[in-house]
Formats: sequence, C-alpha cells, structure tokens
Amino acid sequence: MTRDDRRGSIKLEWVTQRFALPREGREFTAVQDVSFDVGSGEFVSIVGPSGCGKSTLLSLVAGLAPVTEGRISLDGQPVDGVNPRLGFVFQRDAIFPWKTVAQNVGLPLLFRGIDAGAARPRVAEWIARIGLTGFEGYHPHQLSGGMRKRVALAMTMVYDPEIVLMDEPFGALDVQTRNLMENDLLEIWAQLRRTVVFVTHDLEEAIALSDRIVVMSASPGRVKAIYPITLPRPRSVTEIRFHPDFGRLYETIWKDLKDEVRIGYERTRKGLVG
Amino acid sequence: MATSGPEKVSWVRIRLWRAVLLGAFLLLWEMATRRGWVDPFFVSQPTVLAAQIFDWIRTGFILRHLFVTMQETIIGFLLGTLLGVAVGFTFARWQTLAHIFDPLMVALNAMPRVVLAPLFILWFGLGLLSKVVMVVSLVFFVVFFSTYTGIREVDRDLVNNARILGANPRHMIRHVLLPSALTWIFSSLRTSVGFALIGAVVGEYLGSHEGMGYVISYAESMFNATGVLAGLLVLMAAVIAIDVALKRLDARFSYWKPVPK
Repeated sequence: MTRDDRRGSIKLEWVTQRFALPREGREFTAVQDVSFDVGSGEFVSIVGPSGCGKSTLLSLVAGLAPVTEGRISLDGQPVDGVNPRLGFVFQRDAIFPWKTVAQNVGLPLLFRGIDAGAARPRVAEWIARIGLTGFEGYHPHQLSGGMRKRVALAMTMVYDPEIVLMDEPFGALDVQTRNLMENDLLEIWAQLRRTVVFVTHDLEEAIALSDRIVVMSASPGRVKAIYPITLPRPRSVTEIRFHPDFGRLYETIWKDLKDEVRIGYERTRKGLVG
Repeated sequence: MATSGPEKVSWVRIRLWRAVLLGAFLLLWEMATRRGWVDPFFVSQPTVLAAQIFDWIRTGFILRHLFVTMQETIIGFLLGTLLGVAVGFTFARWQTLAHIFDPLMVALNAMPRVVLAPLFILWFGLGLLSKVVMVVSLVFFVVFFSTYTGIREVDRDLVNNARILGANPRHMIRHVLLPSALTWIFSSLRTSVGFALIGAVVGEYLGSHEGMGYVISYAESMFNATGVLAGLLVLMAAVIAIDVALKRLDARFSYWKPVPK
C-alpha cells in the first residue's frame, strides 16, 4: 500500500441534528448526542430501527448537510462541505440513467479533470472487477437491479476514496444477489482496506460484514451500544452465519435492538416520525 | 402494453374498421349532398373537396401558402423553445427570481393568446413577425414550464451523488440538470409543436395576406365552404405528418429511460 495508512479515520463528537418542521411549527430531532470513532480501514456498521437517523448521520459525515450541534472530523479536519476523499453508495441506485455503464463509472474521473486517456484503463479495470465487461455500452434501464448496484459501487471505488459510506446499499436486492454483492464488497475491502461505514437495518448483514457495530436507539437516534465483532476474517457472508459465535453475537445485539425496533415501529405507525 | 390488456388487440382488424368507418362517412356525406338531403353550399362534397385540393397542389397555390405557415411555425417554435429553456433554467437555478416572477408568469400564461393576436398584428404588422411573436407566446410557456419542472424535479439522490463524485456547478448543469430536463422538454415537444402551428394559423387568420390561415379566412369571406374545408384538411395532413416525424425523432432521442424505482 502506497498511502499513509492512518488516513480515513472519522470522529463524531456529540453530534445532534434537528430539522424544522414548518407545517407543524416544531423541530424534529433526528439524531442526538452521537459520539463514536471509526478507525482507518475499519468496517463499521450502524444498525437501528427505521427512522432512527442512520441515513441522516451518513449524510452529515458526507458533508451533504451541516451539523446542527457537535462536530464531525475526518483525520482531525472538521467536515465542511462535501469532501472529495469520500465515497457514498446510496440506498437507491443513484447512477445516471442517461449515461452508459462506462460513462457512469468514468464520471467521477471526468469530474476530477482526469483526461480520457488516463481514465480509460481505470474504468475498464473496475468494470471488469464488478463483472460487467461486455456491458460497457448499456444504459442503466437495460440492467438488473444487482448490475446497477455494481455500477454504483464501481463508480464510487474508481476514484479510490479513503472513506466509503454506504446507506443500505443492498436493501432492494434479492437475497442471493445480495449475498454475492456482500462477498464482493468484503473482497474489495480486504484488498483496499478503506474505511467503510455501512448503514443497514439487517443485523445479520451487519454482523457478517463488520469489525464493529453501532446500535442506535429509536428516534431521536442515540448510540445505544457498540459491539466489536471478533469473527475471523476473511469471511464469506453465507458461511460465517454457521460460525458458533455468530448466533451468540446475534442474540446479544438483538436483545438491545429489538426494544428499539418495537418503539420505532409504534412511532412510525402513529406517524410521529417525520 | 397492447398485449397485457384483458383483450388481445388485433391491429389488422382495427385498421380495417377504421377504413370501413371513414369510407362509410364519406359515402354518406357524398350521398346526402347529391340527393339534396343537405345543401352542398354549407357542407361541400367529398369529391369536390378532393378536386379542389388536387387543383391547389397542381397549381402550386397551396404549397406556397403552406410554406409560409411552416416558416412562421418553425421560426417561432425554435425561438420559443430557446427562450423557454433559457428562462426555465434560470428560474429553476435562482429560486428568488422564480418567486418574484411567479404571478407574472401565471397571469401571462392565463391570457388567451387568440385574443392577443390582433394586438400583435397592430404592433408587428401583417407579415411574418406578428405570427412569429404569436407562436413564441404559445410555445414559450409550454417549454418554460416543462424545463422549470424538469430541473426542479431532478432526483435529489442524483444531485447529491454528483456532488460527492466531485461535480462542479458547470458539470452539474451539463451532466445532471440538462439531461434530466431534456426528458421533460421532449415529452412536451409534441404539444408545443401543435401549439406553434395553431399560433401561426390563428395569426394568419386574423390578419395576413398569405399562409394557410389566410386561405381559410379568404374562403370564409367568400362563403366558400369547399375552400374552408379543403384548407382545414391540408392543415390536418400537415399536423399528422409533423406528428409522425416527431414520434420518430422522440424514439431516436430517448435512448435511455428513467430507471424504475
């Protein structure tokens, strides 16, 4: 690895995010007093009930919105706007429908002013890596959901970000495709060792992938507990589930999570969550 | 779509039925006027109409007028589209501007342009310019609203993704906002072309010395039902031809579709 290995750390200190609800004339607190660190090259998942502010937290780290209170810093530098060292894989595939697979994957390089000649081999490499060689000229609507997700992943990885934020990236995929993609992600992560913050509501997915899991409470989202996942690596998401520790970990974390899920569900049902 | 319905659609049968109905209608019309059930002075006659149109084409009379109308339509359409895209884009980017001018745009759009035509003729004369202004006044609003919506409605995730991927404002316009708006503009294209032709014809109808509107208006002033109907038929054919051409164009340009969510 050619790069300084300490880069790509994240620190959240007492992060609170409030949104104004003008129609109801009050404020909605999405996350409250959230503090945790993510080390360089670490794979951390955030789990919590729907509406607990997991996605909000990610967009704050990405610098898409300013923090109401508290501080987020990347390698000691406070987040101030969108950081080009960072990658984001969205929940819905936010790839550009009017561009082909190759154009999509090459877009961040184009944005960075890298000339077409230098970009081409990198684009080809990533297209090969996600197994879409031969589909370069296809438009997104011609691809399956899994293929589109791969394009989104390649688009993020092609510019080699130090931190990759993922917001329930595989939520919309069927279980088989999802497991394949999770394994691909682990493989890429093992090779490149970039910091990953992965938001999901699926505890099994979180355990199978992560080094640590941050459990959030129902809204307003607070950190309820943080669990280290000591399962051996390299892992295969389909096989790691049979590891004797997996069930134990699942049970422990689920005990924490289930109350929050219930509270979150009740609130959503009553329409209290914005 | 056609095959997913509860009933299978047979296009051969549909075409056959269309031909039969049209034939029956023409036959009834011809018979009614020949037998004296209705006076051909008021409703003309299919055979007379056909002869009139044929004669117009043979002498080149109608081509000259059709050319004038098309010229006004095309110039007005291009100007209106250009202006609509430019203003729509500006307003979508600078919300304050949009809010300031919102009542004005709504009011202007609510104004019946047909009634404005005599004023345009008064201001810009009997020639090409007044018709072009008329066409622009119709096309502009259709294109303006679709451009504005297209840019406002652009997928937030796409904008955020582009920001994270490192897009500068110029990139954002070129790679995200314009392509997104283009779909809306294209979807309104057929409407705005129709409006353009209507604008030109109405303008000519109310004050001109050439063009299809003039031909119809002149025939009307002579109580010549055949002339009016023949003029309308020629216009109809022109609109259908344009529509078919646009459909082909649309199919060529929409090489991509929005991804299902």
